[in-house]
Amino acid sequence: MSGFIETLLDPSIPFLRNAIIAGLLSSVLFGLLGAIVTVQRISGLAGAISHAVLGGIGMALFLSSTGIVSWITPVTGAMIFAIIAAAIIGVISLRSKQREDTVINAIWAVGMSMGILFMAKTPGYTDPMSYLFGNILLITDRDLMLLAILDAVAIFCAWRFYPQIEAAAFDREFARSRGVNTDAVFIVILAVTAVAVVLLQTFVGIVMVIAMLTLPAGTAGYMARNLASMMWIGFAFSTFFTISGICTSWPLDLPAGATVVVFAGAVFLIAATVKAVAGKFLRLRNASVHNNSHRKKL
Amino acid sequence: MFADMKTNRQVTVRFEEVSFSYGTQPVLTNVNFHIHHGEFIALVGPNGSGKTTILKLLLNLEKPHSGKITIFEGISSASRDKIGYVPQHSDYDSAFPITVLEVVRMGRLKSLSRKFSTDDEKQVHTAMELCEISDLAHRSYSALSGGQRRRVMVARALASSPLLLILDEPYANMDSESETRLYNTLESLKGNTTVIIVTHDPAFVSSLTDRVLCVGEHTGPGPARTVVLHRTEPSADTPYTLYGGKAARIRHSEKLNATSCCDGEVKK
Repeated sequence: MSGFIETLLDPSIPFLRNAIIAGLLSSVLFGLLGAIVTVQRISGLAGAISHAVLGGIGMALFLSSTGIVSWITPVTGAMIFAIIAAAIIGVISLRSKQREDTVINAIWAVGMSMGILFMAKTPGYTDPMSYLFGNILLITDRDLMLLAILDAVAIFCAWRFYPQIEAAAFDREFARSRGVNTDAVFIVILAVTAVAVVLLQTFVGIVMVIAMLTLPAGTAGYMARNLASMMWIGFAFSTFFTISGICTSWPLDLPAGATVVVFAGAVFLIAATVKAVAGKFLRLRNASVHNNSHRKKL
Repeated sequence: MFADMKTNRQVTVRFEEVSFSYGTQPVLTNVNFHIHHGEFIALVGPNGSGKTTILKLLLNLEKPHSGKITIFEGISSASRDKIGYVPQHSDYDSAFPITVLEVVRMGRLKSLSRKFSTDDEKQVHTAMELCEISDLAHRSYSALSGGQRRRVMVARALASSPLLLILDEPYANMDSESETRLYNTLESLKGNTTVIIVTHDPAFVSSLTDRVLCVGEHTGPGPARTVVLHRTEPSADTPYTLYGGKAARIRHSEKLNATSCCDGEVKK
């Protein structure tokens, strides 16, 4: 552990420090966006977008390495696919509810498959695993700046339109009857999610993005009183999972992203189990109290 | 808190030759009726007849394919945010983290503003008192019983100080205590607020009802339905607690002219 601290404080070795800062900045998005995605019940949509970007990454790698479009970067390819996926999902969700699941699954599977096909035909060796799980230790100062900007945009949008976001998620029809443009709210959430997925997947990988958009918020949902507290608790959990995952993976020489996801998944399962057991205990106790009072009346 | 206008000749809702289709499926055709301010109207009809579609048209959630809908005719101070709406809310997410107070506050929601004024908070608390849910303010909405949730929905609608209150099957899955409380709440509004209450019971409505709009009559060969007006009569043979208070029988045999409330004309 002392080696970890020494590396973290060594000014000539920025990558571990950057990874910790990226973990904190990512946690803001995971807490805030994760809570919104969870209460809007669109984690499947976020999952489809996050996996579809692999197609864009593969396409960009293929086009740049073969010299067809030499300037294109994996992030640009990912952004193109994320926007296309979000647009298709948005239109299908708003216009044709019945085929939504099929389209989401199709985008998910076809996007990933295209990525694998492009990578297979890309000259040289390309490891899809590095994009699925990413490497938080390779983050640059420029990446941190982009993350901070996206954090600021997401925080402003959530603060400015909190009542509308909450109402649209809780009761879409009622929100519309109060003049809220729920379609616009949905499209903005989808767009911010798409951009966040693209940025975050380059740091932490596709699997960790979808895991961290759902698991900390899902765990927070068991104890939150309202959407705002779900965001705060989700942020706290996300920070805890990220920092503890990096701290644990470093001395054990484990992949940081996968370690963080396993931590988040374990705590989510524990929270779900505690909630279920506590709920059953409370129901039994209430039934016992009710029966006792009924007997006393008799 | 609510409009101090008594029942008068001002028209709150007017449907003129309204027709509506979902895609190529016609639902409503040639619907004509109007409702005066302060009236208590029951909208009845079998499941799938188009009752909820009429509510969606009233709430501007759907647009008529032909005809005209006018809300708050001649009431210059009124706008669409003076419509209170109590949905059926069958697709409620039980895991949604939200308190009762936050749900009721949605009744004061504006399309873009994030602030709730002191007046907003006052109206929210008055609505909660009226629905007898003040003690539940800080409880989690998901921890409430079905009847309590229904009262919260009514309070949310009343928080907007509505001139027009629309309730979509409010008595569904409601316990008798909550039915009585809702009856008392609606009774206190009668005459000051226009109330439209949807029910699928074809025989009886609450005794508070002034007139019945019955969706279901086919005017042509297609599946589209129109609306006819009926009056009610006191009923001695129905349980007192059917709607939390006295019930009235719908006189389906007597069809009222769309303008009968204005000229007293009755068709037999």
